[in-house]
Amino acid sequence: MIYFDNAATTLQKPKEVAEAVYEAIRHLGNSGRGASSVSLQASRVIYDTRVNIADLFHCSDPSRVAFTSNSTESLNIAIKGLLEPGDHVITTVLEHNSVLRPLYQLEREGLEVSIVPCRENGRFEVTDMERYIQKNTKAIICTHVSNLTGNKIDIHAVGQLCHENGLLFVLDASQSAGVFPIHMENDFISALCFTGHKSLYGPQGTGGICLGDKITVRPLKVGGSGIMTFEKVHPNVMPTALEAGTLNGHGIAGLNAGLRYVLEQGCDQIHRYEVALMKQFYDGIKELPGIKIYGDFSGWDRAAIVTLNIADYDSAQVSDELNQRFGIETRAGGHCAPLMHQALGTENQGAVRFSFSNFNTAEEITAGIEAIKTLIYEDME
Amino acid sequence: MRKKQRKLVITFESTVGAMAAEKYCKEQNVPGRLIPVPTQITAGCGLAWAANPEARERVLSVLKQNAINPERIYEIMV
Repeated sequence: MIYFDNAATTLQKPKEVAEAVYEAIRHLGNSGRGASSVSLQASRVIYDTRVNIADLFHCSDPSRVAFTSNSTESLNIAIKGLLEPGDHVITTVLEHNSVLRPLYQLEREGLEVSIVPCRENGRFEVTDMERYIQKNTKAIICTHVSNLTGNKIDIHAVGQLCHENGLLFVLDASQSAGVFPIHMENDFISALCFTGHKSLYGPQGTGGICLGDKITVRPLKVGGSGIMTFEKVHPNVMPTALEAGTLNGHGIAGLNAGLRYVLEQGCDQIHRYEVALMKQFYDGIKELPGIKIYGDFSGWDRAAIVTLNIADYDSAQVSDELNQRFGIETRAGGHCAPLMHQALGTENQGAVRFSFSNFNTAEEITAGIEAIKTLIYEDME
Repeated sequence: MRKKQRKLVITFESTVGAMAAEKYCKEQNVPGRLIPVPTQITAGCGLAWAANPEARERVLSVLKQNAINPERIYEIMV
């Protein structure tokens, strides 16, 4: 089996990740609940993971890192905890439903939403965003990388725009955390939402939100906190404020092992390796008859995602044949990015997404290219 | 690309129905497999149970026996 669906979740993880989860299940108690030796051991692992997350994203303080179950939960916390009816927010057509659906939900309650369109190449310039700022604009919420095209946003420029206009900047780092450097302070990020199971190589069910200094978010859920038991109100100190209930300590232990791998390898080295694979794949298929590739490939400062269609074939059928006949795993359909598909004109056909990781090889890419050639040329015989 | 064939394609309201269909059809050796929902049905993603049209009665009877409600039943070229 060749796995090219890393933008959905990375399947091949460093072996230390599975080992860490196994060890954690055998030895960790409930973090922050009492001071038994196993509870403290869980707290130590979780604290160490906070430190590594803060380190990776240049978050000023590990206590500003709260763990959640995934990016979707983090984005819901940020969007629903920062915005009020009557506020205006700017987002983009590149967004995943994890951004769009919470916004649509709040829109029905009086939030004003502007959606920045993309240009023909599937990208937008930050200047396109600027003209949407109005008196009641509270925040810009956008993805770092399109999960459909792999194109990257200039988050420093977006952060600068937010900083100059007194806006909050909520970043969806689902496709970029672990691959591209993110500097919360320099990029003026108010809330960074990440997931653990993609390029951080952690288990599914891990993720988090990092808050900038002075940013307060209303919690989405309240309950057990392990402290201030006799108070009727959930503690408002970070990270406890956003971590009601028992944390996924076992998963977080695995995430920490993934983080250590990423920090040891370095985002730059991981990105260089993945770009080489993407470039090999792109160069191998771009001239094939009937191939349509989406997004901007004028430069390689982009995520290792190549999304395509073959002539007018149903993307679901192409993906299914790659799986059934060649053992190649890809993702077809709409990728939870409806506005981007509409912008690219693929809302009916969907598209087949190939996404690569640090664990793919040049041989696998060659096999992928050959499989696509077979699918195309056998039709011409 | 392989030639399209006429298939029985059954969709469900949620993935739970699709997974249940696979479990019970496999248990009772009823042919078929899960496929991504063809975009001619919907571009909205999801899973469907696909089988040869000759297996229609057997598949539907397994679904009925196990209280699995299909959303729609198609016979289409996929």
